Amino acid sequence: MALHHRWLFFLLLILIAESSYGQPIRIIKYPDLQQILESPNDSILIVNFWATWCAPCVSEIPHFEKISSQFAASKVKVILVSLDAASLLKKKVEPFIARKRIKSAQVVLLDETDYNAWIDKVSPEWSGALPFTLIINKKNKLRKGFERPFTEAELTAELKPFIQ
Amino acid sequence: MKTAFFLCAVTATFLAVSAFSVLQPGYQVGDKAMDFSLKNVDGKTISLGSDKTAKGYVLVFTCNTCPVAQAYEQRVIDLDKQFASKGYPVIAINANDGQLSPGDSYEAMKKRSADKKYGFPYLIDETQQVAKTFGATHTPTVFVVQRQGSDFVIKYIGAIDNNAQDGGQASQKYVQNAVNELLAGQPVAVPTAKAIGCGIKWKKA
Repeated sequence: MALHHRWLFFLLLILIAESSYGQPIRIIKYPDLQQILESPNDSILIVNFWATWCAPCVSEIPHFEKISSQFAASKVKVILVSLDAASLLKKKVEPFIARKRIKSAQVVLLDETDYNAWIDKVSPEWSGALPFTLIINKKNKLRKGFERPFTEAELTAELKPFIQ
Repeated sequence: MKTAFFLCAVTATFLAVSAFSVLQPGYQVGDKAMDFSLKNVDGKTISLGSDKTAKGYVLVFTCNTCPVAQAYEQRVIDLDKQFASKGYPVIAINANDGQLSPGDSYEAMKKRSADKKYGFPYLIDETQQVAKTFGATHTPTVFVVQRQGSDFVIKYIGAIDNNAQDGGQASQKYVQNAVNELLAGQPVAVPTAKAIGCGIKWKKA
């Protein structure tokens, strides 16, 4: 029996090591997201809603990673909120994030499938189309939503007014 | 001087683009829907007015390629089976640009509707004008319209139900409830509901 437990323990260790290749991705609920969006601090937040099944989202993900490392000194924080099914975290989301070498941007998976219960709370102007990006300056409460994919140049241009 | 003018033009274009990029104006519940003439997969043209016996329609902006639309495909087929005979048939409309998304071309639509044995029209919105007029932004999005005289009035806008992954687990079947309420002569209790979907692939300006 004890031997069994030991094996299970090792198996668990291997699984944990395997899954933490790339960054560990937290599964969150709406109140956690709300805290991310509303907790007061002095950073500029870029929150991108995406999914591995959304082709334009997948194309723009590298821009967010680049912006995140490029503007880290300007207190810009990038959070990529995956709307993939929570059951696909290990199979799809984590391998994708590791493959795309997303290190600077923080990735979470929002496990809230009753969309109508929270989309308006994130932003009334958001129809539900992916990708959707919010840029928030927590200090002066400036907030803008974008229901479209970005090029790197467009994203930089939209970010600039929030930094100054 | 030339540079200043150029900068002004660029800024104006930029402002115009960014103002429209967030929210498209479109129909609200209670608005009268514009009738349209769009080409079906069988080559014939379909309008809201085509079917004189219809009490209304379940208009679904959908496409071949979006995984969310695919997840809802069988539920759309079932909605048509459930409601066509009661006077609310489904009309599916694909507005994705076939060049940006080849899997949504007219040929691909013909194949999909044949393979999946759609019992309803699957129309191509080639100019994307119908999707823009309705204010559809992503697939799948439903507009339930009710015939009132010669008009079609929007009674519901939004998601099919509240569980994209598993319809059996959905606790709110928005479209089914809306049509049942209309058939019973009642107001629609939940006239709008949002859901995640794939942004419509708009033609490059």
